[in-house]
Amino acid sequence: MKYLLMTTALAASLVTSTAALAGDELTVVSWGGAYSESQRKAFYEPYNAAGNKITEAEYNGEVAKIKAMVEANAVTWDVIDVDTATGLQGCAEGALETIDWGKLGLDKSKFIGGDLLDCAVPNIVYGTVFGYDSSKMKDGPTTINDMFDLAKFPGKRGLWKNPTVNLEWALIADGVPAADVYKILGTPEGVDRAFKKLDTIKGDIVWWEAGAQAPQLLADGQVVMTSAWNGRLQTAIDKDGKPFKIVWDHQGLDWDWWAITKGTPKIEEAYRFITFASQPVAMAEQTKHIAYGPANKDAIPSVDPAVLGKLPTAPDNLKTAFNVDPQFWADNGDQLKERFNAWLAK
Amino acid sequence: MRAADGTPLKLKLQQTMRREKIKALTLIAPLFLFIVITFVVPIGMVLTNSFYDPDIRDTMPQTVAALRDWDGSALPDEAAFAALATDFKAAHKAKTAALIGKRLNYEIPTLKSKVTVTARKLDKVEQGPWKEVVTAIDPVWGNPETWATIKRASSAYTPFYLLNVVDLKQEASGSVIGVDENRRIYRDILWRTLGISALVTAMTLLLGYPVAYMLATLPQRQASILMIFVLLPFWTSLLVRTTAWSILLQDGGVITQFMSVTGITWALNALGVLSGEPQLYKTRFATVLAMTHIQLPFTLLPIYSVMKTISPTYMRAARSLGAKPAYAFWKVYMPQTLPGISAGCLLTFILSLGYYITPALVGGPTDNMVAGFIDSAMNSENNWGKAAALGTVLLTATLILYYVYNKLVGIDKMKLG
Repeated sequence: MKYLLMTTALAASLVTSTAALAGDELTVVSWGGAYSESQRKAFYEPYNAAGNKITEAEYNGEVAKIKAMVEANAVTWDVIDVDTATGLQGCAEGALETIDWGKLGLDKSKFIGGDLLDCAVPNIVYGTVFGYDSSKMKDGPTTINDMFDLAKFPGKRGLWKNPTVNLEWALIADGVPAADVYKILGTPEGVDRAFKKLDTIKGDIVWWEAGAQAPQLLADGQVVMTSAWNGRLQTAIDKDGKPFKIVWDHQGLDWDWWAITKGTPKIEEAYRFITFASQPVAMAEQTKHIAYGPANKDAIPSVDPAVLGKLPTAPDNLKTAFNVDPQFWADNGDQLKERFNAWLAK
Repeated sequence: MRAADGTPLKLKLQQTMRREKIKALTLIAPLFLFIVITFVVPIGMVLTNSFYDPDIRDTMPQTVAALRDWDGSALPDEAAFAALATDFKAAHKAKTAALIGKRLNYEIPTLKSKVTVTARKLDKVEQGPWKEVVTAIDPVWGNPETWATIKRASSAYTPFYLLNVVDLKQEASGSVIGVDENRRIYRDILWRTLGISALVTAMTLLLGYPVAYMLATLPQRQASILMIFVLLPFWTSLLVRTTAWSILLQDGGVITQFMSVTGITWALNALGVLSGEPQLYKTRFATVLAMTHIQLPFTLLPIYSVMKTISPTYMRAARSLGAKPAYAFWKVYMPQTLPGISAGCLLTFILSLGYYITPALVGGPTDNMVAGFIDSAMNSENNWGKAAALGTVLLTATLILYYVYNKLVGIDKMKLG
């Protein structure tokens, strides 16, 4: 009996120490569309090929859904692809596990923003940009001011149904220097000012909720321009041959992260998957399917040079970029979302 | 009088009656328990969230105790500050500081970040005097109003959420006032929900009544074929029908294309009714249209069932006594269908109050009804108290309507067939 216990313990320790051993089953949640497709190609398929089984699910960044799951003690999502605000808020409100980098066997310093969040591992760097259809508009918009200029560019414009980046853009278009945006947005007057600017185009906004809707709105001609996550537009250009043009002016840079739901029974499996998906090879493979910057710096040398220029982190694209402030959104997200929903309903 | 075994007959009868009653109750019990367990209890628990919120009481026990005798006029004493420091340190370790901040933030915006920052900084401080330490971290703790908010939130029972969803708030002094202009939306949304529901009910009645009459008076064979056209959409999933409407109505979709090909768009433009292409998708018009389509069978079927029971001889009698067709219909036929009309309309109206998918898919942001806001409170704002409060308001409105209906028409007059 003692012998049996010992061998079991030994076997167990072997299993946990060897990354990506076959036979793991877990649910990975992400944002759908082209982005999930890129993750399927780069991470899920090779991981499943090794004998594991990943079940995919989709969400739109609703931290409340994660919280509800944790509070009800019915965790069915094991690994979640979170944006920074979700990662920070989920961590602060106890919905996500604190990451043990030792367990991952990864070097934190190799990751862009690796020490920013306690509960998440950097995955990609993406930009919130806007784009238009160059076959329908020859001299298209070039700056974020054009998004708010109905005289110069009449017609509907698509925006994400979320205050993030929209409020920042509204202030920038209203003349606030990008560096001061969060200082101003932190005051009640600043919030009023941002909403007042959005009011000027409110009647012409078509709101999208899932990332895949943005390129679709543009393709259907429902809008003349739309905000989008850069990879979604790039995939539509590269894969579907759409004549879209990306405007990089004042792109909002942000991360996506891998996080583990608090209290998941599959925590070991979750760690093993994240380790697998954070390897330079896997991350470089992902850039072939969607134009997001890999967060693991070691992946950069393996990225196709033709793709490098399309990444939000390319020097040309970074000229006027601003970082979406994670702390600001973690602190003010709830109340700005409430105000935003109230504003929408008026 | 006594029964055969000598017991008084009255007693014997009571015993038999009781046995019968127990038998009947045993038959009802499964459904009764089912409803209690799957409906009454969970709904009750969700609705409790609208006035029960023990977060502050549980996460700041020391502060709550220290503030018990505080009168609220000036800043509380050093003991209260020390209690706050102890609570915040514990909260920082337990990762509940964000919860405290979140609750206080509902009443004083920006307090969420201040709570988490204060908790983080306090974690590194070992020694008082706490009043100086805490107010040095953030002057907001030197404001009696902040403390009054904590004291008010410290009771597990709070009117905050319910007041919030009728655009009211409680001031530090305890008096109730309206919320700021830019947050005043919930009364409008409640009226909007009632308005859309009433309009949809009226539309379904207007469209459904003649069809129900035709179905009820046609020969059985033809009526059953036509009935399929009513029932087929009824059996189709609500989501499918709503999506079908969004395909029909969208810009450049079937309807707008038809309008421009046939020159309707041009004619409307020439008349000045419209400028450019018609905008149907994401409008109030689309919401009411799709909802009317979905609700039509709910209004139609009860009316139809009632009409089937009305003997055609009444109308013939009225006509032979000299009534004109319209008069005979109005005085003799219509009153007999009233139980069906009220059943159908009440069903449609109450179902319409809870619509969520349809306004979200074919309506614009300004067509969202109460249910849509329950969704955003739960999924995007992470505010279950508000979601529960909105649910309570909607349920109360429905019950009031039911009560008024019962008083005016009488629920016993309602007939589903």
